[in-house]
Formats: sequence, structure tokens, C-alpha cells
Amino acid sequence: MNPVDIAVAANESLAEFSNLLIKSAMAVYALAFVAHIVEWVFGSRSKVARTAAALTARGAQGAGRAKSPESAGEKGAGKVSVTVRTSGGTEVLERPRIVTRSAPGRRAGVPDGPGAAGGDEQGDLYGRIAVSLTVLAFLLHFGAVLTRALSVQRAPWGNMYEFSTAFSMVAVGAYLAFLVAKKNIRWIGLPLVTTVLLDLGLAIVVFYTESDQLVPALDSYWMWIHVSLAIVCGALFYLGAVSTLLYLFRDRYEAKLEAGGRPGAIATSVLERLPSSASLDGFAYRINAAVFPFWTFTIIAGAIWAENAWGRYWGWDPKETWSFITWVGYAAYLHARATAGWKGRRAAYLALIAFLCFLFNYYGVNIFFDGLHSYGGV
Amino acid sequence: MPTADVGNAPENTRTGADEQEAGGRISTAPREDPGTDAPALGPVGWARWFWRQLTSMRVALILLFLLSLAAVPGSLIPQNGADAFAVRDFKERNGTLAEVYDELQLFDVYSSVWFSAIYILLFVSLIGCIVPRSWQFVGQLRSRPPRAPRRLTRMPAHTTWRTDAEPERVLRAARTLLRGRRFRTSLTEEPGGPDGSGGAGGSGPGGSVAAEKGYLREAGNLVFHVSLIVMLLAFAAGQLWNSEGGKLVVEGDGFSNTLVHYDDFTSGSLYDTDDLDVFGFTLEEFHASFERTGPQRGTARTFRADVSYWEGTDGAEKKTSIEVNHPLKVGDSKVFLVGHGYAPVVTVTDGQGKTAYRGPVPFLPQESLGLTSTGVIKVTDYRNKDGEKEQLGFQGIFTPTYGIDAERGPHSTFPELDYPVLSLNAFHGDLGVNAGLPQNVYQLDTDKMEQFKAEDGDLFRADLRPGESVELPDGAGTLTFDRVEQWASFQVSQEPGEGWALAGATAAVLGLAGSLFVRRRRVWVRARRGADGVTVVEMAGLGRSESARLPEELGDLAFALQDDAPPAADPGEGDRPDGQDPAPGQDPAPGKGTGEDAGGSTGGTAEDVPAATEDAGPSSRGENE
Ligand code: HEM
Repeated sequence: MNPVDIAVAANESLAEFSNLLIKSAMAVYALAFVAHIVEWVFGSRSKVARTAAALTARGAQGAGRAKSPESAGEKGAGKVSVTVRTSGGTEVLERPRIVTRSAPGRRAGVPDGPGAAGGDEQGDLYGRIAVSLTVLAFLLHFGAVLTRALSVQRAPWGNMYEFSTAFSMVAVGAYLAFLVAKKNIRWIGLPLVTTVLLDLGLAIVVFYTESDQLVPALDSYWMWIHVSLAIVCGALFYLGAVSTLLYLFRDRYEAKLEAGGRPGAIATSVLERLPSSASLDGFAYRINAAVFPFWTFTIIAGAIWAENAWGRYWGWDPKETWSFITWVGYAAYLHARATAGWKGRRAAYLALIAFLCFLFNYYGVNIFFDGLHSYGGV
Repeated sequence: MPTADVGNAPENTRTGADEQEAGGRISTAPREDPGTDAPALGPVGWARWFWRQLTSMRVALILLFLLSLAAVPGSLIPQNGADAFAVRDFKERNGTLAEVYDELQLFDVYSSVWFSAIYILLFVSLIGCIVPRSWQFVGQLRSRPPRAPRRLTRMPAHTTWRTDAEPERVLRAARTLLRGRRFRTSLTEEPGGPDGSGGAGGSGPGGSVAAEKGYLREAGNLVFHVSLIVMLLAFAAGQLWNSEGGKLVVEGDGFSNTLVHYDDFTSGSLYDTDDLDVFGFTLEEFHASFERTGPQRGTARTFRADVSYWEGTDGAEKKTSIEVNHPLKVGDSKVFLVGHGYAPVVTVTDGQGKTAYRGPVPFLPQESLGLTSTGVIKVTDYRNKDGEKEQLGFQGIFTPTYGIDAERGPHSTFPELDYPVLSLNAFHGDLGVNAGLPQNVYQLDTDKMEQFKAEDGDLFRADLRPGESVELPDGAGTLTFDRVEQWASFQVSQEPGEGWALAGATAAVLGLAGSLFVRRRRVWVRARRGADGVTVVEMAGLGRSESARLPEELGDLAFALQDDAPPAADPGEGDRPDGQDPAPGQDPAPGKGTGEDAGGSTGGTAEDVPAATEDAGPSSRGENE
């Protein structure tokens, strides 16, 4: 064999190894999925109904005081002992207690749910197992994307298969990073793992493309910037969208309780364990707002690249059009949150529409349209 | 607010009112009016009403939504601007529907009346919104942070402790601390009052520090919106003054940038063709390589055009290459590589044996995986064997790597010149080129031509390899396929406003980052001497939106302030065991008998007499940064 052939063979075996890693990651994600299901099932044994209690309390006492002690303790910098080491010895200083108060008018006194495990010990165990499995699957997933990159010797997002695998990898990575940062996000585990399985399944069954080089138009350092940012933005927008969707359910649940209604047993069991609607909404907003500038930059980088590759920075190609629609959709969402009468549910619907536009831009445009951007390889 | 109201108001609405007052001017967002109030009579009233509606957040939101909705059809229906070919095709296939679409300008969505109307309204709204907001913001920057509200306990986060330090000392330390953390601060002295003026447990004299930080949020938001206007203007300028021309160049040939040398040329309505940059170039060589193996066999890997170019009237020749992602920049123009293909070089001799035509003929690729190309050869200067003037036309396919199968007939199986074959039909007669009508050089009008027939009566057809010749029937002449050259097509564009668009876009992203990552918040510190002579310190924080970081930050600040205002023991209370903490929201009352409404049911009567009214008395001294 001549050196070129050896290199090609090496790349092919790397690509095969990458495929193997993806399948292994899927198997481990599937186990994590099962563990999450068990977690939710065990969690249903707990019969806490803190929401109703909080809402009733609020009705009786007014919003300002409805906050339960635990939640105030969690949120504010409560009475925290700070240990300061001085040369003489250890001194324990007491930090001042901060009393927090929710803005009136919102249903903010409602405490966050305890999470999927519902405080159940066995449930929690399975939840932890699920998270550990997710970490393992993520490592395999990461390895798969990395070996793919090595085998094609370029950024591993040149076609829909690669885009899909990178996309779900970033989503899981972001989730794990939030967990490491001790954010209250374990509740998203089950929906996340489910979508990741779907996404990877679609990737290997429908979109699979042999590892290969890019057409010249895609071969530019702008590809690193533009496409990797698009993937990161998409993955984070996805987390925001899940949170928004759950917010809509949870909000309806709380509204029903507030109005004195009695939601069904399953709804109660599931929704009671989620964070409060205010928390879900806040999480979704923070993610979407933080990602929006990056999404803006992604589009601008794309325009600069298009100008280099095709001689015009904006040509209303389907991909460009749908990026624009997505961008305006999120801008509308951010506006809605600052507009009376549009806060809350209506803004949430806008956020979901914007995310659907993002998804359509990614799947729909590659598959259904024949533009310059249709590099789907299917 | 009227005292009587407050006394009866439920706790939460009072808290809300206090918070709203303390949070006033923390953003320049337009005041939301319900929009239902009928306009005052008369045209001026109506105009006012209309303007107020147009510049409201609600209408801006609706326009944004409409804009994204209106952009959708342009991606579903072929557009003239992007693919005029597809539009023609669509019109041929859908008669009436296409007419309706045409009427609705659906083939030109992005320049249609309705799309323009939406974005123009949006930008008018934007300007109407941004100008007053900018003034307001400048005003905020020039005034000092709003004074501490009377009841700090009603702010979203607050803390309090007692200290033996003097109130003045605490306030000075607080100010230094806050300034050190880049807050804008202002100090106000507050007189003591018999009723404690609703302040923290103390009835003695003291003061408060008001501090605010995060103005960059508002500035960023304004910059972002202004940048949008800059981008729109740049975009509009680009549309009016741009130019774009295409040119196909065969290896060895040149191009000079004047109107007559273009194959096609379009420009904005205000473009003046005298503005064409003076330059030219010669295509020395073109390189293309393609994937040879694997499922993506035939996919292009590299395209490179090596050119030598000159600039200005007497510019020296320089060499460079133009690649797909690397256009050549000359003056204000950019030269992009947009296509490539093959040009068979042929020689035609006429019936007299004289050379009637010699040269490369560009053939246009019909598909990308094999570059099967079609083209025509027009020979205008020809005499048949009888010496009569006539014209010849050839029509054919060029296949870089010849292959044939039952399904597709002759076609090319690979884009490189592995086994090139030129297949031609031949016609003689009148090409129609002298009729004065512009003619497509890639199409043959055979209306007035007759196809050559072979001796056996079948239509004449030649399949040639490079170097081969064929005799036309009846001694009509010969055609020789000498060799193959490559051609590359270039797009030369001038897009003024591009720099502005880029600057606007950069400013937009930076502004947006400021707007979305910076938190604007206020912190107040009040210190006054309590009834028992011990100083009571109160701190509170308020952000634009509820954020978990605000209490944290307040905690840090309070902790730092305690260096200068160490907590004193609570007389008689000591540390409350944790389980018995008072409900939050209820003030963990540090002093006793203060008359402070600890979120209880009694508060808000007598002490609501405003102590720190807007126009502070002589004892109140505001300091500005
Ligand atoms: C060209 C269309 C527009 C786009 C793309 C756009 C985009 C945005 C975005 C992304 C934000 C979020 C930044 C933040 O939350 O701080 C924002 C905020 C804001 N926009 Fe616009 N905007 C547009 C037009 C307008 C118009 C016409 C108005 C005036 C009515 C306006 C007023 C505001 C205000 C007041 C905020 C701040 C909201 C807040 O403080 O939370 N915008 N805009």
C-alpha cells in the first residue's frame, strides 16, 4: 500500500470506530433513560403537595409572606457561616441574613418541586445512576465526535449526520455543566435523554453519510465559527424550549390549584415534582436571553462567510430566511417579556414558535429545499 | 400616595407600589399604556394617538411577529432575485396560481409592497421609540440614583443589623465600598423624627446611601436598536448603489472591467456605470480536483483560478489566485469565482478547404457529478463546396469521462478529463444571428437550418476524441476537435454600505451582549441611631428583574460593610435557633419597639408621613458622582 492508501485506511477505521462509539453511547443513553423512568416511578410514591399548600397560604396571607422558609433559605444568602483562616487560627464569621421577597402579583411564592425522585430515597438512587450513565454516555458521544473529526480531518459538522451528533452532544454537555455548577436542572434529565436517543437514532438511520471531505464552498474557517456556534445555540435553545414547554404545563397546574381546582392525580404527581412555574420560566428566559446574542453573531458570521463564498452577504436563501425568521422570533419573545399583556404564557408560546423555526431551519430546509445551503447529504 | 389608602391596602399591593416607586427609571422602556383609551377628537388627537400606538412596545412586538411571518412565503415560493429560472418554471407549470402569486408579489417577497410596509413601519416605530429613550437615558446618567425608599424591608432583598459604629461612619464606609465596586452613589442625610419616619428601627438622625450600577444594560439596549437602523440603512444603500456582473473566461483569455465585456450585468437604480473600477485580469490556469472514491465520488474538492491582474490605467501586472472562499479585491470591487467547465477547442474548415472557425467553445455543465455539458458551435463565416455563403451550426454534448447506459444515454461519469468525448449534430443554413435580435450563444435556433444527413440517410452525428477530425457529408468541410481548455466564470460585485453593515452588525452584537448580560440594580444603605443609641444598619437591593444573584450580591456587600460596622449583640435576643426563624418577608426585627411594620397587619399608618419627600429639606444633602 502506498502512504495515501494507508492514510485512507486509517481514516476509514477511525470513522468506523466513531460509528461504534455512537452506538455504544446510544446503548448507555438507553440505560440512562430506563434509570430515569425508574426514578420517576419511585418518585411517584411521595405525596407532597407543597404547591397547593403555598398557594393556599398565599391566598390567606398575601404574596409577600407566602414564601416558605426553605425556599427563602435556598434562594437568599441566608445565615451562612463563613470560615476565615487567619494567621492566629480559625475564625467563624456569620454572614448577614438576607431576607428575600418575591415580586407581588406573580405566583412566585410557590416552592420548587423536589425533582423526579420526589424525595424518595430509592428514586434518588436511580436518578443518580441515570446521571452517572449520562456522564458515561456523554464521554462515549464526545469520543465519537472527536474520532469523526480526526477521520475527516476537519470540523466534524459538515453534513446532517455530523450536525445531529454534535448537536445532541452539546445539549448533554450543557446539561452536565449545569449540574456541575449546582443548578437545579436534574428535572430535565428524562426529556433530554429521550430526545438525544431520538436524535442519534435519526442520525444513524436516516442521515448517515460516510466520512468525507467538504465541497469547496464549505471549506473555510468561517465554518468553524458559524456552524459550531449554530450547534451550540441550537442545543441551548433546546434546553430553553423544554423548560418553556414544562412551564406551560406547570403554569396551568398552578393556575388550576389557585382557582381552587383539583388537577388529576397523574398531573399532580408529575408536575408537583417539577420546579415552580416561575423557576421554569426564569430558567428558560435566562437561557434564551443568553443565547440570543450568540445566535445574532452566528447569523452575522454566516453573512460574512456567504459574502466570501458566494459574493453576497444576504440573498434570502431558504436557510438564511429561516435563520432570520428564528432570530426575529426570539427577538419577539424577548420583547414580549417586557410588554404588558404578553408576559407569561403568550411569551412562552412565542419562544416555542421560535424554537420550532430553528428546528425547521435545521431539518426542514436541508431536506425540502434546494438552496446553496442544502448540504444535507441525503 | 395618600396615607388613607395605604393603611387599608393589602400588604402585597403596598409592597408592589413601593417597589415600583423605588424601581422607577431603572429602564427607559416606554410606559405601557393599555391602549384602549379613545383618542382625543380632531386630527391632531388622532395623529397623537396613532403615533403613541405605533411607538408602543405592543405594536413593535406585533410588527416583529408579522415580519417573521411575512418572510416565510419567500422561502417556499421561488424568488426572482434568487432563481429567476425556477420562477419561470413555476409559472409554466401553474398558470392561474402563478398569476395570483404574481399579483401578490409573491415572486419578489422581499421587495414587495407589503413586506416593505412591515419593516418600514417597524423602523419608524423603532426610531420613534429610541429617540425619547435615549434622551431619558442621558437624563438618568446626569441625575443621581433615586433616594432610598422609606421602607427598605419592602424591597426584594434586604438585611439589617445593629452596630456600635456611628451612623456617619457606616454611611461613609458604605459609600466607599459601593464606589469601589463601581456603583454610582449619592448620600442623603435624614433627620431624626419622633416616629422614626418609617426607617429602620431608629428614630435618631442618620442618613442613607443610594447606589446604582449596570447602566451598560440600557446603553447596550440603545446601541443595539440604533445599530439595527444603521444596518437597515447600509442594506438599503447596498440595494441602490450595488452592481453585479458575470463573465465567463476561458484559460488564456482576459477580461477588462467595462460594461461591454460583461456577459450579464445588473445594478441598483442609483448606480452609475462610470463608477466601475478600472482593472482587468487574465485567467492563466484553472485547477479543479474531485473526489475519486467513496460515495461522494465526483464531489468537488478544490477550485482555483490562477490569474494575473492589473489595476488602474497603467498598473503593473500582478499574479494571484481566486478561490471559492477567497475573492480578489480590487478597488471597491470583488471578483468571485462562481463556476467552471470545459471548452473544447475546435477547428472548422469550409467546403473550400479554408479555416472557417478556430477556437475554444465553452460548454455549460448540466449536472455537477460528471459535468456532462452541452454547447453549440456557430460558424458564421462559411462557404460550401460550391462557394456559396452559408452558415454552420453544431449542437452537442461534451463528456469529460464518457460513459453510456440505457437509462441516461451518453453521459459523463466523472468530472475530470479521463476520457473526453465530444458528440455533435451538424446543421447548415441560416443561424439567424444577422437578424439583429440578441441571441443566446448557448442555444441554436434551427428554424432556418437543415441537419446534415449521413450517406446512409440517417442524421449525421460525430463522436470525437481530442485530436480527431470528421468530414462533414457531401464535402461540406471538416471539424477537428483539437483539445480541451477549461473555463471559469467570475462574478464582479461592488457593494457599497458593506462596511457600514458590518460595523452595525458588530455594534448590534456588542450592544445586545451588554443589554442581556448586564444587570441593572440599586442598592441602598440606611444607618441611623436607634432609640437605645445603637446604630441600626439596613440594606436593600432591587434589580430590574428578579434574580437570585441580587440577594447574593447584597449579602457580599453587607458582609464587606461589616468590617466597618461590626454587628453588635442583639440585646435580649441572642441568636435565634434556626428552626424558629421568623417567616421571611417578615422583618427579622433587630430592635424592639421600633414601630416598624414587619410585614405585619398593623403597619403603614402613622409612619407613612413622608420624611424624605422628593424635594428634600435643607438638612438633606445629595451628593452626585
Ligand atoms: C427592528 C426590530 C427590533 C428588534 C429586532 C428588537 C430587538 C430587541 C431585543 C432582542 C431586545 C432584548 C434586549 C433586552 O431584553 O434587554 C429588545 C429590547 C427592547 N426593545 Fe426592541 N427590537 C426592535 C424594535 C423595537 C421597537 C420598535 C421598540 C419600541 C417600541 C423597541 C423597544 C425595546 C425596549 C424598550 C426593549 C427593552 C426591554 C427591556 O428593557 O426588557 N424595540 N429589542
